[in-house]
Amino acid sequence: MKINILSFGQVAEALNADQLLLSDMDNTDRVLDYLKSVYPQLQTMEFTLAVNKQLIHGNTALKDDDTLALLPPFSGG
Amino acid sequence: MKPLHSYERYQRQILLKEFGETAQQKLLLASVLVIGAGGLGCPALQYLVAAGVGNIGIIDFDVVELSNLQRQTLFSVDDIGKPKATVAAQKLHRINPEINIEVYREKLTNKNAWDILSRYQTIIDGSDNFSTRYMVNDACVLLKKPLVFGAVLRFEGQVAVFNNPAEPQHPVTSYRDLFPNPPSAHQAPSCNEAGVIGVLPGIIGTLQAAEAIKIITGIGEPLNNQMLTYNVNNNSFFKFLITPSNNRSVTVPTNKMEFENFDYDWHCGIVKNREEVTADEFDELRREGDVLVIDVREIGELPAVVEFPFLHIPLSVIDQKMNEISNSPKIVFFCQSGKRSRLAIQKMQGMGGTTECFSLQGGIEAWKKNQAGKTFNKA
Repeated sequence: MKINILSFGQVAEALNADQLLLSDMDNTDRVLDYLKSVYPQLQTMEFTLAVNKQLIHGNTALKDDDTLALLPPFSGG
Repeated sequence: MKPLHSYERYQRQILLKEFGETAQQKLLLASVLVIGAGGLGCPALQYLVAAGVGNIGIIDFDVVELSNLQRQTLFSVDDIGKPKATVAAQKLHRINPEINIEVYREKLTNKNAWDILSRYQTIIDGSDNFSTRYMVNDACVLLKKPLVFGAVLRFEGQVAVFNNPAEPQHPVTSYRDLFPNPPSAHQAPSCNEAGVIGVLPGIIGTLQAAEAIKIITGIGEPLNNQMLTYNVNNNSFFKFLITPSNNRSVTVPTNKMEFENFDYDWHCGIVKNREEVTADEFDELRREGDVLVIDVREIGELPAVVEFPFLHIPLSVIDQKMNEISNSPKIVFFCQSGKRSRLAIQKMQGMGGTTECFSLQGGIEAWKKNQAGKTFNKA
């Protein structure tokens, strides 16, 4: 089972990549726990999540080949 | 009947069969407010004015600086030190003298926003800080105005359309569905700190103008309930659907009076050392957690508090208890009317230390009154 991770802005900087491939993660909380343990900067960072191009508002089940996007807010103009 | 405009000026877009005279008339009768005449505002304004949007408002309190010229395309070296909104209006008038441009050389605040936003059909947010962005978002929700959101940082930008009631079958979403609470300053840097590639706001601001034109004329598919992100470096676009959040733990204004009393700078963590918190802000602090609530009234004083957990340390003995409470990161003191709780803060500050201290404004009486009002409104 593979999950595609897309990251943006400050999150991509913390991960040092705008795309990642993770395996054996069956929900979004597990992905977040894993990423926050490997990239501690994420622990205090604000970002929102979209699964397969749709915003989610809580832990969401993931299946093979799903795409999870990590999107931080921007304020610049 | 005399036509409202010169056909020649708009000939290239009137030629489009989806656009035609009908869309042109809609643009000429439309009104758009552009918040901020900066990196996003300049290109958005140029295209809206050129396209013939009949009534444009520009609000910006700032003056032109040399560091703006890298991306703010309406300004030149001669304009440095002059007010952005005024200079922008002069340049835009030379592009298209047929349209009406209103200049607001003031800071948009929650005291003037209701009145100014009410005068326009469509709002474009080209501001550069979260305090203004959350305020504009909340105002557009309450006033039911379509909001074309745009924001940039470093090499990436975001565009979205909120509150566009054009599709009644869909729920309308707002920025708070994406980010219910503002991030703290260190979590989300500004362009002043983190930088921005000059061409990026040009692209995002132009996309905002395109969305406004689609909303007004009804052509194409605006980004209703969607956010589009763009990355200059790898040319990637990412579009996703925004769904309504059921998060009810965020305190947001629900009417004009609450909006005008809402402290956006405090809400966005800009004003850090403010000591007094309103009843709603007190509730928000408690929900965020990590806060110690202390009743500094004497034992037995009324009204009794059963609604939330707290410590009881009367002001008369607080000096002896300082060590017990000074390792808490945040403390809110309350008393009957908010006077003794302010004295408690002074005592804490006298101790030094790093505890963030707040006093409940108007005391427990004001809080209970606020609670009663909420229960009444729900009934």
